[in-house]
Amino acid sequence: MNFELTKEQAMIKKMVRDFAEEVIRPRAIEIDTKAEFPKDIFDQLGELGLMGIPFPGEYGGSGGDTLSYALAVEEIGRVCGSTGLSYAAAVSLGASPIYYFGTEEQKKEFLTPLAEGKALGAFGLTEPNAGSDAGGTKTTAVEDGDDYVINGEKCFITNASFAKTVIVTAVTGKNEKGKNIISAIIVPTDCEGIKITSNYDKMGVRGSDTAEIVLTNVRVPKKNLLGDPEKGFKQFLHTLDGGRISIAALGLGIAQGSLDKALTYAKERKQFGKPVSSFQAIQFKLADMSMEVELARNMVHKAAWLKDNHKPFSKEAAYAKLYATETAFRSANQAIQIHGGYGYMREYEVERYLRDAKLLEIGEGTSEVQRLVIARQLGC
Amino acid sequence: MNIFVLLKKTFDTEEKISVSNGQIEDDGAEFIINPYDEYAVEEAIVQRDAHGGEVTVVTIGDEDSEKQLRTALAMGADKAVLINTEDDLDEGDQFTTAKILEAFFEDKEPDLILAGNVAIDEASGQVGPRLAELLGIPYVTTITSLKIDGEKVNIEKDVEGDVEVIETSLPVLVTCQQGLNDPRYPSLPGIMKAKKKPLEELEIDDLDLDEDELEPKTKTTDIFLPPEKEAGRVLEGEIEEQVQELVSLLKNEAKVL
Repeated sequence: MNFELTKEQAMIKKMVRDFAEEVIRPRAIEIDTKAEFPKDIFDQLGELGLMGIPFPGEYGGSGGDTLSYALAVEEIGRVCGSTGLSYAAAVSLGASPIYYFGTEEQKKEFLTPLAEGKALGAFGLTEPNAGSDAGGTKTTAVEDGDDYVINGEKCFITNASFAKTVIVTAVTGKNEKGKNIISAIIVPTDCEGIKITSNYDKMGVRGSDTAEIVLTNVRVPKKNLLGDPEKGFKQFLHTLDGGRISIAALGLGIAQGSLDKALTYAKERKQFGKPVSSFQAIQFKLADMSMEVELARNMVHKAAWLKDNHKPFSKEAAYAKLYATETAFRSANQAIQIHGGYGYMREYEVERYLRDAKLLEIGEGTSEVQRLVIARQLGC
Repeated sequence: MNIFVLLKKTFDTEEKISVSNGQIEDDGAEFIINPYDEYAVEEAIVQRDAHGGEVTVVTIGDEDSEKQLRTALAMGADKAVLINTEDDLDEGDQFTTAKILEAFFEDKEPDLILAGNVAIDEASGQVGPRLAELLGIPYVTTITSLKIDGEKVNIEKDVEGDVEVIETSLPVLVTCQQGLNDPRYPSLPGIMKAKKKPLEELEIDDLDLDEDELEPKTKTTDIFLPPEKEAGRVLEGEIEEQVQELVSLLKNEAKVL
């Protein structure tokens, strides 16, 4: 056993923390208030090589591991949930599927600009009536000569308004049992017939772009089909497993950020002539928060380590996602409580942490779906 | 151009620092590259990119100093040298450091040596100038601009808020002041490449030095934290009474009159 980060991992963590503190933190309140996607921050993340951490250099990546990537998500999430979510979605959902399932040609053409941070990617799975229930997918892709013609509607798609490519899931046929075959197709967003709008007024992660995509007779070449059409949707469960680690890391970041804010405030705030941190009621809250944050961190790191060592990690990724995001919500909630009335004010930022954390219990598989995944792994 | 950077590992003064028995507690303290040395690393990389050559970062420290050297390599330096004195020296001062560096530079032909203006821990600002004296090369401290054209060097130096413009020639040693540049973050590819870059480890034996020659010329008698600032007092009453009270307080309590 070895719980120490490698020198590279420690350096990456420090670099991202410095960047997050100096560049992102001063803008976090504004990003939330204006609900504006901070495109310029993503350009800088790209220049630093952060958009391509888990991809090899030949595709424009940085050749890092999943753990390094999780550290980066945590450090960004610690100061800004919006930026953290868009970052995690761009890497785990927009780019990773192309790396795992793409042909050499697809990787060169579509993954490289994403890994280099020159463009953003998105993953279009969710529909008004389908999310974790992928079988409910209504979007269709019909073969026509050398093309697919895609029709359908996607909703709640992170980063889509700023994406160069969206990986769209669609029904491409039926198998011998008469069940829908669902495939994934890389769709460049400048295709004719694609309409992307982001009119959502969200509770949290307000600076992260969330969009609706309407596809009307969108033609893409058949060679844009991603992965094995026969294996259908199953291969993408792998993508979702990986994505769960990054959402867990984001939850960890928000939980840590909440703890940091609460601890600092509790030591400064004086009531009855003493810092409130000297009262047991507050101490117990801080002790619980700190313990849960560390437990969440251990689970996130373990899931990432399993993935990096090519071991099964589905169950652990679900544990991590479930526990870290619920920890984020609890920590943010307690941080507000410790701040009292001030915590209810935007200026003190902990109310934003709570609003941001709520999304993590829903997106990329709700807490309930995580419990289902775990139960299935137990053989239920 | 043969460029060297003198780098020091220091306590992160934004983290909690505790002192006991006249010593700063190492356990749990966070260490960073001395912030002024980051300007030196950045400037070295900029000058190398403009004029070609190689950047070597040198530090005197212990095994853990490798972390700061790797960070400098990740920023873009080419080589690093760790002069590890952990086993050989119990204590040292600016004299010790300059002496070791003199021996290190004996067989080098530096064109440009950059250091931080001061280290944020002890803030003596002496190592750079001492080394330049020992090597017999010119030095300029607290620089805010560096332009090199052939052998000619144009420097702007911060003099308590004013600017002094200096012309000198290579080889030269400069110490870097805030405002010189904006140090880059080490990029991800930089961090990954850093582990493959050469990092040489030397001990004082390798430099033909022995402990006696390096004995410090100064003695540290105590280290203590500044006293905690107490809340101010607002005097009340008629102006005349206030003045009288103030004078009395300055005399009797603060004992400054």
